[in-house]
Amino acid sequence: MPDEKKKKIVKTIKVDVDKCNGCRACEVACSALHAAPPYSSNNPARSRIRIIREPLKDIYVPVYAGEQAKAECLGRDKYVIDGKEYEECAFCRASCPSRDLFKEPDSGLPLKCDMCECDPTLEKPLCVQWCLVNALTYEEREEEAEEEPRPEDVEVSVEALVDKYGLEKVLDTMDRLSLSKKG
Amino acid sequence: MRYAETGYNLEIDLTRGNIERVETDPRDTELYLGGLGTNAKLIWDRVPPDVEPFSPDNLLIFGAGLLCGTPATGCNRTIVSTISPQTQLLAFSMMGGFFAPELKYAGYDKVVLRGKSPELVYIWINNDKVEIRDAAHLAGKGAVETAELIRQELKEPKAQVAAIGLAGENRVFFASIEQGRSSASRGGIGAVMGDKKVKAIVVRGTRDINVSRPAEYMQLCNEVLQYIKFRNENPIPGVMPILAGLGSPQEMKVHDEKWHTENFMWGNSRLRRKDFWNEEIAQAWAETLDSMRRRLISCYNCPMTCGATIAPPGRSVYMMKCFSKLTYTMAAMSDLEFGLGIAQSATEYGVDGFSAPQVMAFALELYEAGILTDQDFPGMPADNEGRFYWLLDRIVRREGIGDLLANGTYWAAKEIGQGAEAYAHNTIKKHEQLPLKLSMLNPIYFLMYSTGEKINITQIEGQFPQAPFPTRAERETFVKDWFQVPDDKFKQYFLDWEPRGEKSMPFYPTVQMCCDIVDWQEKMHYIDDALGMCAGLSSFPLKPPYHIHNYPKFISAGAGIAMDEEKLTQAVKRYRTLVRAINIRRGMRRKDEKPPADHWKKRFPELEKDLLDTYYRFKGWNDEGIPTEESLRELGLEYVFTDLEKRGVYADSGDTPPQGTGAQNEKEV
Ligand code: SF4
Ligand code: SF4
Ligand code: SF4
Repeated sequence: MPDEKKKKIVKTIKVDVDKCNGCRACEVACSALHAAPPYSSNNPARSRIRIIREPLKDIYVPVYAGEQAKAECLGRDKYVIDGKEYEECAFCRASCPSRDLFKEPDSGLPLKCDMCECDPTLEKPLCVQWCLVNALTYEEREEEAEEEPRPEDVEVSVEALVDKYGLEKVLDTMDRLSLSKKG
Repeated sequence: MRYAETGYNLEIDLTRGNIERVETDPRDTELYLGGLGTNAKLIWDRVPPDVEPFSPDNLLIFGAGLLCGTPATGCNRTIVSTISPQTQLLAFSMMGGFFAPELKYAGYDKVVLRGKSPELVYIWINNDKVEIRDAAHLAGKGAVETAELIRQELKEPKAQVAAIGLAGENRVFFASIEQGRSSASRGGIGAVMGDKKVKAIVVRGTRDINVSRPAEYMQLCNEVLQYIKFRNENPIPGVMPILAGLGSPQEMKVHDEKWHTENFMWGNSRLRRKDFWNEEIAQAWAETLDSMRRRLISCYNCPMTCGATIAPPGRSVYMMKCFSKLTYTMAAMSDLEFGLGIAQSATEYGVDGFSAPQVMAFALELYEAGILTDQDFPGMPADNEGRFYWLLDRIVRREGIGDLLANGTYWAAKEIGQGAEAYAHNTIKKHEQLPLKLSMLNPIYFLMYSTGEKINITQIEGQFPQAPFPTRAERETFVKDWFQVPDDKFKQYFLDWEPRGEKSMPFYPTVQMCCDIVDWQEKMHYIDDALGMCAGLSSFPLKPPYHIHNYPKFISAGAGIAMDEEKLTQAVKRYRTLVRAINIRRGMRRKDEKPPADHWKKRFPELEKDLLDTYYRFKGWNDEGIPTEESLRELGLEYVFTDLEKRGVYADSGDTPPQGTGAQNEKEV
């Protein structure tokens, strides 16, 4: 039925910085969950949520790891909220060459919050469960999915791949993929 | 593979500037767990009794608890151990905050400092990279200020810093080590750090800490979190608010200070003000707290928010915890605005919030009594509050009378003479105590005050209610879900405990019951100090989430050491006895084990003797409080027995001090 729009679930974590007490329990939980095997080790430096914490300036910002930025921004942002000046890039989610946030400590590989997609699925993201003071709350809502991607968008994505890996590699991969899809 | 612990200590010889990463023996972990337990082992092995607190041979150990760095909620304590300049015994103050987990992530269980640096330095531990760095530019700087400056110069905003202020640099006997929202305050540990000329230890770590049986361990952690939630929603009825919930006493949250201000003593632990609290004061103090308190904050991995950032007008922001909220206010007979203001200076200088205010109040009492005179206080302001600021400055600089006062009330009184001793009335083992004076002897507290080797009542009390509940019905409700007891007999003790009549204090709980109760309470504190657990979630509050039944599981699943209640009890007994042996070897005897003479008005000398005799026997100590050969052998501490015997300890009643000079005689040259 061509008229019916597709639905998708949007997962949101609402961050209430006023409630954060800087304890970093969220970092602990996240890094433990993502250890292999799960919970076998703990290391906040591997967490996909990090607390920007400057108690003397009353700054507490839980930040989630988003997409990797290949290069650092040319300009930087500084925010002043309620008279408090936040450090450059404080609210940015990127794993970026300009800072050590959201990178695996040894390999430097980027980290990204996956909303605790794991098996068995969790009722709520673990960082949210471990934040007993409710600075983090989890919400799910349904939204209409976007239409099929437009051909231009596909083109842009493929171009990016070609940029990164070279045309030959991408073509090779395409061949392999289509073969395996056809069985 | 080592679990929960890293298996490495960082050994730093400050005299030679030598740094070594030393693998530890896993058998020691089994025997002494970690934290305090293994700290005590190092001190026993390497600090003989003739070593003075300010000798290069004294060790200063920063030990992270065995489970620090694992996901166990509230497990964040660094146990700092050394020989105290004030008590001349083992000091083992703990600090919360963020240091211990960071140290574990950097790959170390302990930092062991020995020797003395020729110049003021700080130590920078960044995973494998460890440096001793010049700190000349930090001399005289505040502890909080120092931490900020170091983070900036290293460009490491995430580094954790444990620093001393001026008081530590000048070897004040009650100098603290300040760290984030926490401090290791008791016993003058900061003075030893200053003597070693270490301004700060700075640590950053990005390594993993492993646990042995991950799913099981996480399950235990989740159960603790669930129980914390339950306890936060269900405070214990019938006890005062600060005893009803979990965490360190929630002083940063409460506005109603009727109980503290009317039951604790003011001045130099002198005056009780029974009708102090009224509407007007309540309102003024609430306004003060609300206007200065910025945010309630927690230690690492803990939801309890026991601390707060405080911004007194015109002063820099600092972090406050617990009862230092009121100690300055009450010592100076002033108000909360003064207390929160001077605590900012005190935090930067780095002094203990119990001793410092009492020492200053003591000085002013001596002045009033004419024992000290105007000549001793040249330039002291006329107003009371100004005097406290003035005295604090003299003390941390060791200027004039401040040089004497910096040794605490006991040593200062001794040196001042002329009857000053009577004014140093609130110490145990030369260490200032909570300002409490009560009417009738409490036999449980008598034992805890006398024998507690942390020499601070809050570090031994906790699991058993402080007083009987008025009705049997209330007591029955209380014991219903009291699963933390090691044995059901404790429930019966409590059920039968009446406020008046035959089964009331001082003769009930009976002597034997008191031994059981004290032993249990103390045991829980010692477990916390080895594991690095905050007492606020374990040994201090009633009905805590950590207890004798789940601790063995935490240790087995976390550290991979087979453990049950019996084995844990034995391990605790082992390092608890070792702590005692260290102090016995340094001259501590029965005569030192007593509460301040005026702590209770109504005393019962015969009962007290019976209590101490029975408790000593119960613990496996002889009449002098010395662990017996038999009990040492049973704990596998033959080497302790051999040493004590060789030193003639069993023949010595402690009347002659084991060595000549005290630290107080050693002056800076
Ligand atoms: S667990 Fe919650 S309160 Fe603690 S740091 Fe994370 S967001 Fe803040
Ligand atoms: S949602 Fe899950 S993956 Fe994302 S930060 Fe929280 S715990 Fe980590
Ligand atoms: S209970 Fe309080 S003092 Fe203890 S770890 Fe938690 S926040 Fe810190």
